[in-house]
Amino acid sequence: MLRIKNLEAGYGPLKVLRKVSLHIGPGEIVTVIGANGAGKSTFLKTIAGLLGASGGEVLFEKQDIRKLPAERIVSLGCSLVPEGRQLFAPMTVRENLVLGACVQFRRRRDEEVKEDLDRVFVLFPRLKERETQLAGTLSGGEQQMLAIGRALLSRPRMLLLDEPSMGLAPRMVREIFAHIARLRREFGLTILLVEQNARGALAIADRGYVLETGRMILQGPSGDLLLNKDVQRAYLGRSPEEDA
Amino acid sequence: MNLDLFLQYVVAGITYGTIYGIVAIGFNIIYNTTGIINFAQGEFVMLGGMTAVTLARVLPLPAAILVAVLVTTVVGALIEILFIRWLRHPSVLRMIVITIGLSILIREVALHIWGEGVRALPYFTGTSVTSIRLGGVYISPQVLWVVGISAVVVAILGGFFRYTLLGMQMRACAANRDAARLCGISAKNMVTLSFMLSAGIGALGGCIVSPITYVSYDSGVPLAIKGFTVAILGGLGNSAASAGAGMLLGILESFSVSVLPAAYKDVISVAILLVILFVRPSGLFGSAEVARLKEF
Ligand SMILES: Nc1ncnc2c1ncn2[C@@H]1O[C@H](COP(=O)(O)OP(=O)(O)OP(=O)(O)O)[C@@H](O)[C@H]1O
Ligand SMILES: [Mg+2]
Repeated sequence: MLRIKNLEAGYGPLKVLRKVSLHIGPGEIVTVIGANGAGKSTFLKTIAGLLGASGGEVLFEKQDIRKLPAERIVSLGCSLVPEGRQLFAPMTVRENLVLGACVQFRRRRDEEVKEDLDRVFVLFPRLKERETQLAGTLSGGEQQMLAIGRALLSRPRMLLLDEPSMGLAPRMVREIFAHIARLRREFGLTILLVEQNARGALAIADRGYVLETGRMILQGPSGDLLLNKDVQRAYLGRSPEEDA
Repeated sequence: MNLDLFLQYVVAGITYGTIYGIVAIGFNIIYNTTGIINFAQGEFVMLGGMTAVTLARVLPLPAAILVAVLVTTVVGALIEILFIRWLRHPSVLRMIVITIGLSILIREVALHIWGEGVRALPYFTGTSVTSIRLGGVYISPQVLWVVGISAVVVAILGGFFRYTLLGMQMRACAANRDAARLCGISAKNMVTLSFMLSAGIGALGGCIVSPITYVSYDSGVPLAIKGFTVAILGGLGNSAASAGAGMLLGILESFSVSVLPAAYKDVISVAILLVILFVRPSGLFGSAEVARLKEF
């Protein structure tokens, strides 16, 4: 579905990603975990086309999308839910969702948009209750739901999620992770999930990658990573001794 | 001052205030989608007026105005495509220099085409001496045209931004450019569109006031200064407040003539502009919070 080879990217002279490779099969949930500043957001922004790459390949469904602008990549079916939600704050919940469907309107799929709106409201009933509220006034959890909902309205086949659990209370974090697992089941999505909450992410992902200062240093099935001593020490906040 | 005279000043103020408001709305549309202050905004008004005057010799008045608005809209698009679009990371200073340069360029071209002469469209109904009596006040029918057409434009614009997908896309771009792109909206096209829209609206404004204020190659400059004052006064980006602030400035100016020598009329807007910039940069009606959020 998505195959990334030796991707290099950064901001001007600052190199952030160094030869990063990753692949995701259709229907997989794959997570990339890493500390602050590891380059996780840079990675997703480069895939989504917001940031230009200086080298490497990004193949989405066998098509090289590395040089395409962000607005083209969404229309191909790969949608990013950016870090910090990035909602249209002065606009209503409904307007935010409708804007998510821009590519669908361009495909003349107005009927599908209506269905999708209903599906999103079924998935997140709280958004339905707040349909006419301004997005900027929603709670953190509701904003995250709206950000995901907005991305779903473009009918993507692949969803890129950047730290959806950021800044949320533990209960809401669990709820969001549960929703992400549901997205695969009910929407048939392939998901690339970037997280600092390694435990939560590995719990719902099939496989995981560990990104450290712009390099993929580890990868494997989620179960293996959860048992890996280095991962435990660095990302699960637990020392191997305690475990024994 | 008796009541009738008072009202007469108010009417004069509203007439000019309306056009300042229209120019300010032009500033706001571009500012909202790009963060750019387009200092060539006054030239759009001038171009609209001049083109319509020329065309009115061969076309009926409504057609001349329509074509003039379309021509100016195309000029707006060309300006964006040629001078703005390819800039990758435009700094504010760079944009100021570019748009001021453009305003000079357009003025020079206009001077070449039309010369220095002062022109005007005919009154839409009646002549310069026709007037309607409302109570004790005499109003030129053109004033009603100006206020009426402007009100319609503001209403249509409001509906456009609120209810159409295109208008919503432009607002989305203004609110969060990257997020808009992630929704599949071409931010660049929205910027072009915003230049077209504000050029068209400016041109229409230039047409409807030209019978009263006349138009010449350099009449855009004072309008730009006043429109900018009004835009700042209302809080940049806030079009409804701009309309109100336009009236306020227009009425202030019109009353100033009764106490100060007429030559000081233009000083007022500059004085207001400076005071506002020093004391309340978020504008009279804008909240400081919004100004901070916008980060421009
Ligand atoms: N717009 C930018 N301009 C310059 N440098 C940037 C920019 N955004 C990020 N960086 C730098 O790139 C590096 C990686 O940042 P990135 O946001 O990708 O990290 P991250 O893994 O997402 O961190 P976090 O978990 O805190 O979100 C950091 O050193 C950061 O300072
Ligand atoms: Mg990040």
